[in-house]
Amino acid sequence: MTRLVTSTPVKLGALAVVIVLALLLPVFASDPATTNIAVFVAMYVGLATAWNIMGGYTGYISLGHAAFFGFGAYALGLILAHLGIAGGYEPFLFVPVAGVLTAVLAVGIGWVALRTRAATFVIVTIAMMFMVQLLAENLVGLTGGGAGLSFPVPPWTGDFYNNPFYYAMLLMALVALGISWWIRRSKFGLGLLAIRDDEDKALAVGVPAHAYKLVAFIVSAALVGMIGAVYGYYVTYIYPQFAVDPLIGLSMVLMAFFGGLGTLWGPVIGAVILEYIQLNFAYNFGASQLYLVFYAAVFLVVIRLMPRGIVPSVSGLITRLSSRQAVGPSDAAGSAQDTHVLAEPSP
Amino acid sequence: MTLILEAVVFGVLTGGVYALMASGLTLIFGVMRIINVGHGALVILGAYLSYALLSSGAHVDPFVSLLITMPAMFILGVVLQLAFIRPLKEDREALSVLVTYAVALGIEGLLGFIFTNNFVQLNAWYQTASFAIFGFHIAYVYVFGFALCVAILVAMFLMLYRTPFGAAIRATMLNRTAAQLVGVNVDRVSAVAFGIGVATAAAGGVVFGMTNSFDPGSHYDLISRLLTIIVLGGLGSLRGAIIGAVVMLIVEDLASVVVSPVWASFAFFVILVVVLVVRPQGLYGIRVRERI
Repeated sequence: MTRLVTSTPVKLGALAVVIVLALLLPVFASDPATTNIAVFVAMYVGLATAWNIMGGYTGYISLGHAAFFGFGAYALGLILAHLGIAGGYEPFLFVPVAGVLTAVLAVGIGWVALRTRAATFVIVTIAMMFMVQLLAENLVGLTGGGAGLSFPVPPWTGDFYNNPFYYAMLLMALVALGISWWIRRSKFGLGLLAIRDDEDKALAVGVPAHAYKLVAFIVSAALVGMIGAVYGYYVTYIYPQFAVDPLIGLSMVLMAFFGGLGTLWGPVIGAVILEYIQLNFAYNFGASQLYLVFYAAVFLVVIRLMPRGIVPSVSGLITRLSSRQAVGPSDAAGSAQDTHVLAEPSP
Repeated sequence: MTLILEAVVFGVLTGGVYALMASGLTLIFGVMRIINVGHGALVILGAYLSYALLSSGAHVDPFVSLLITMPAMFILGVVLQLAFIRPLKEDREALSVLVTYAVALGIEGLLGFIFTNNFVQLNAWYQTASFAIFGFHIAYVYVFGFALCVAILVAMFLMLYRTPFGAAIRATMLNRTAAQLVGVNVDRVSAVAFGIGVATAAAGGVVFGMTNSFDPGSHYDLISRLLTIIVLGGLGSLRGAIIGAVVMLIVEDLASVVVSPVWASFAFFVILVVVLVVRPQGLYGIRVRERI
C-alpha cells in the first residue's frame, strides 16, 4: 500500500492530475470571487516555495522576504510607467526584468546579511525589510512616496479579469517548484542541506558555503520579486506599507513551516491550506481586527501540534507503518531525506 | 550648534527608554536563546493597559499605573513562556521566532478590536510643562521617563549582580547545561527571566506612550528598532543593549537635524549595516562559531 503511494509513476500521475486541475480551474469555477482566491493561493504557493529554497534548505530563516516582494512590485511599476506601457499582456513580459533587478538587490542585502548566522540573520533580514520600506517611502521623486504608485489598468472585464493573473501566478509557482525540485536533487542542494545541518562541518568537507548561501538567497529573492511584480500589476496600485508588508513576509515563512520546512511539497500544501483559511478569516472578520487573532491562534496551535510540519509528520507516519509491515528501506529515498533534516537537538 | 546639542540631549533622554526595552529583549535572548519578536507588541500592550487605566473612571496617572501593569505583565510573560516557549523542543530558535510573531499578531488584533486603530497617547500634566536649560526647552516627561528607565535598569543590574537569583540567571546565560549541572533550575530561571523582560516592556510602554502617539500596529516599527539595537550591541549583552540604544537614538536625532527627519530612521539601519560589515558579532557580542 505505502509502496504504491510513493512509487514514481503514481507520484507523476498525481502531479499531472493536480496541474491539469489547476489549469482548468477558471473553466469550471469562473466567478471572480473564486478566481480571486485562486490567484492568492497560487501566489502563496510560489512565495512559500521560493522562500523554502533559502529558509528550508539552508536553515537561514529570513523574515524579510517581503522586501523583495515589494521591490519587485515597485520595479515593474516603475518600468511600466517610464516606458509608458499600457495595460494588457505586455506588462507580464517585464516581470523577468523585475526579477533580475530584485536579484541585484539581493546580492547587496545577502552580502551583508549572510555575514551573520541564525538569530542575528533573522534580525538583520527584518531590518533590511524596513530599510526597503523606508526607501520606498522617502525616495518620493522615484517611487511617489506615501502617495503610492499606480500600474496601467488591465483592459479585461468581468469573469475573465482574474484569469491572466491566475495563470501568471500559477506559472510562477510552477517555475519556483521546478527550481526547488532541481535544487533538491542536485549537488548544490546537497551542499545547502549540509549547511543547514552543520555549516562548519560543511565548510570543512569542502562545501563552498558562502557562495552556496548567497546563490540560494538570490534565487529565492528573485522568484519572490517576480511574484511581487505580478501582484503589483494585479492590485494596480501600491504604496510602501502595502507592498513591503511584514505580514506577507511572515505568511510565506509560516506556510513553509506548516507544510514542512526543507521539503519540496511542504510549502505547497502549507500555502494552500493556510491561505484558504486566512482568506476566509479575512472575509468573515475583515471589518474587525479579530481575523488577526484567529490567524495567530491557528498558527500557535499548528506549531504546538506539528512542530515539524505536515509533510515530515505524515511521511514519518508512512515510514513507521511500512517498517512495521515489511522490511527494507522501501521509500527511504524520499521520506527519510524529508525527515532527517529537521531532526536537530535543541540547545 | 545649539540644535546639535539639543539633538544629543534628546538622544540620551529618549535613548533611555529604548535601553530599557532593549535590555528586556536581550535578557530574554541571553537566557533562552530565543528572539522575542513579540516584544514590541508587549510594549504597546503595556502602553494600552496604562491608557485604559488612565481613561477609566479612576484616572490613574501613567507612572502610578505601573504598580498594576508591571506585575500583570510579569504574570503574562511567565504564562507565555510556559504555554508557548517551553514546549518547543526541536528547532527552537526558528520556531520561537514564529511563535512570538504569532503572539505579536494576536496582541495587535486584540488591541485593534478593543481600542480601534486610531492613534492615542498617554496624557499627563508633565507632558506639556517644560523647563529651560542651555537655551532650549525640555518637557518634564522626558526627564521623568528617563529617570524611571534608569531606576529600573539599576534595579535590574542590582538583581543580576547582587542576588543569588541574578547569579543563576547569569549562569544560565553563560552556559545552560553547565548551570543545570551545578543545580540551577534553568526552567524556572527561564520563566522568571521572560516575565522580567515582559514587565520591563510594560514600563517601556508607559514612557513610549507618553512621548509618542501609538496604535496597535506601532509594534512593527518598534520591534525593528529594538532588534537592530540588540544586534548592534551584541545579542545577549545588557551593556551592549544600553550603549546601542543611546548611540542609535543620538544618531537618529542628529540625522534628523543635519539631514532631514524622514531619513532619521534610515540612519539607524545604516549604522547597523556598517557595524555588521566591520564586526558581525556586534559591539559587545562574543563571536560564537556554532549556531548563534
